[in-house]
Amino acid sequence: MLDDFLIRALIGGLLVALLASPLGCVVVWRRLAYFGDTLSHAALLGIALGTLLSVSLPFAILLVCAAVALILFLLRRNGDLASDAILGLLAHGSLAMGLVAIALAGQRIDLNGLLFGDIFAVSRSDLFIMGGGAIIILLALASIWNDLLAATVSPEIAAAENARPQRAELIFLLLLALTVAVAIKVVGVLLITAMLIIPAITARRFAKGPEAMAILAVLAGAGAICLGLYGSFVFDTPAGPSIVVGACALFLLARIIPYGGRRPI
Amino acid sequence: MLRAGLYANGRWLVRGIDLSIGPGEIVTLVGPNGSGKSTTAKLLLGLARPSEGRVARAADLRVGYVPQRLSIDPNLPLSVARFMRLTRSLSYSDMAAALSETGVAHLTDAQMRGLSGGELQRVLIARALSLKPQLLVLDEPAQGVDMAGAIAIYDLIAAARQRLGCGVLLVSHDLHLVMAQTDRVLCLNGHICCEGTPEAVSEMPAYRALFGGEAPAGLAVYRHQHDHRHLPDGRVLHGDGTVTQTCDPHECGHHHHAHDNDHGSDGKQ
Repeated sequence: MLDDFLIRALIGGLLVALLASPLGCVVVWRRLAYFGDTLSHAALLGIALGTLLSVSLPFAILLVCAAVALILFLLRRNGDLASDAILGLLAHGSLAMGLVAIALAGQRIDLNGLLFGDIFAVSRSDLFIMGGGAIIILLALASIWNDLLAATVSPEIAAAENARPQRAELIFLLLLALTVAVAIKVVGVLLITAMLIIPAITARRFAKGPEAMAILAVLAGAGAICLGLYGSFVFDTPAGPSIVVGACALFLLARIIPYGGRRPI
Repeated sequence: MLRAGLYANGRWLVRGIDLSIGPGEIVTLVGPNGSGKSTTAKLLLGLARPSEGRVARAADLRVGYVPQRLSIDPNLPLSVARFMRLTRSLSYSDMAAALSETGVAHLTDAQMRGLSGGELQRVLIARALSLKPQLLVLDEPAQGVDMAGAIAIYDLIAAARQRLGCGVLLVSHDLHLVMAQTDRVLCLNGHICCEGTPEAVSEMPAYRALFGGEAPAGLAVYRHQHDHRHLPDGRVLHGDGTVTQTCDPHECGHHHHAHDNDHGSDGKQ
């Protein structure tokens, strides 16, 4: 029984690392780190609304996150507002609405579990949902990867040479929303951005190419999950923050260890 | 493009642009800063939708684009080899051929962010040519490249036109070096102020008035010697794009810059 919930937690955590790390690389490249926060706040609103309206929570989270992603995409395309200003509006707007909705929902919401995640409570059916989500997200990401990379390097080249940058960006934002919906149970609202960003920048130093960076980031994310779960189990600390502490430790380690790669000119 | 214009941020960036590029044709856009050269190129490429007029491209047109600027986020590791495959897959031998054509084969494994301006320019051009485009659009391809390099780049574009039969749109602020290979020059200043063959355009008063204070003398020196037409300028625009009041000491021996200084700024001599 003990092994069982630990193994479920481990599998859930590794699934999150598998999804969040490659998407996190693109988030870092496109300077959308703030978007992770925005989505997690939107997830809070989703949970509150789902509880109020008695809708399935993952579904409610996904719906609100996707709506926020869509609003970001449309406002950005308009071009008269800077991304960080739009994200400031969306992040704090959805946070405020989420807090209001939580107050309305009263005692029915476990705020602690929401903020920090509850990885040890991941159930078998949660795992099936997460596994299904992971397959969809990874397949979709693989199919838009080249277009997305072209759009990231140069939206102008991508548009001129028919790499459909707008389509790639929209799908990417929706995949990110789906990932947040899938991962929220594991690391919680407060720390989901960490799982996007930290493994990606841990991998940066060792990667010579974008694909290599994405794969190395998955390894860094998986390492963080293992470290965090172990620490949480041994020291009896909350799992979500422990995982992020593990990710930070790996980042520091990656900075400290000598890596004397000869740099090309 | 038919009477195309773009209105943005409260002003017309360009207006009334009539322009067509056929296969195997090199069209050059010249004009001062802010005259709408890049905007016209973007309208042609479909990167911006015209506020008035029409822009039409052949269906499934294969485009190769060399943008004016490329900035890559420091968090993104990207080698030249990976960049070459940005919008289309490319065999290793085709990539190597394209890179050695522009003289940067030794940079195949280098990171994009480590390239100098001239190296980046050559990689951008190699990538655009490797697509075997039907339409090649280059926005100031010779920026940051020294004069010999610029001449080599223009030769390369001319060779690509021969080999691929592609139409070429070239954006330049430097009429003289481009003129040798180009079929048609459009001189822009928010609208088309004159148009024709390179020889004809450089004779036109509209062109001379437009470039009055800033004629590209550094490269025009060669023309001065064999056809004796002097463009008005007190300053020297070097091949690498810098502008100085005097020329390099070793060049002064055989060109007549003191004489150039006497020219009026209105294009008359």
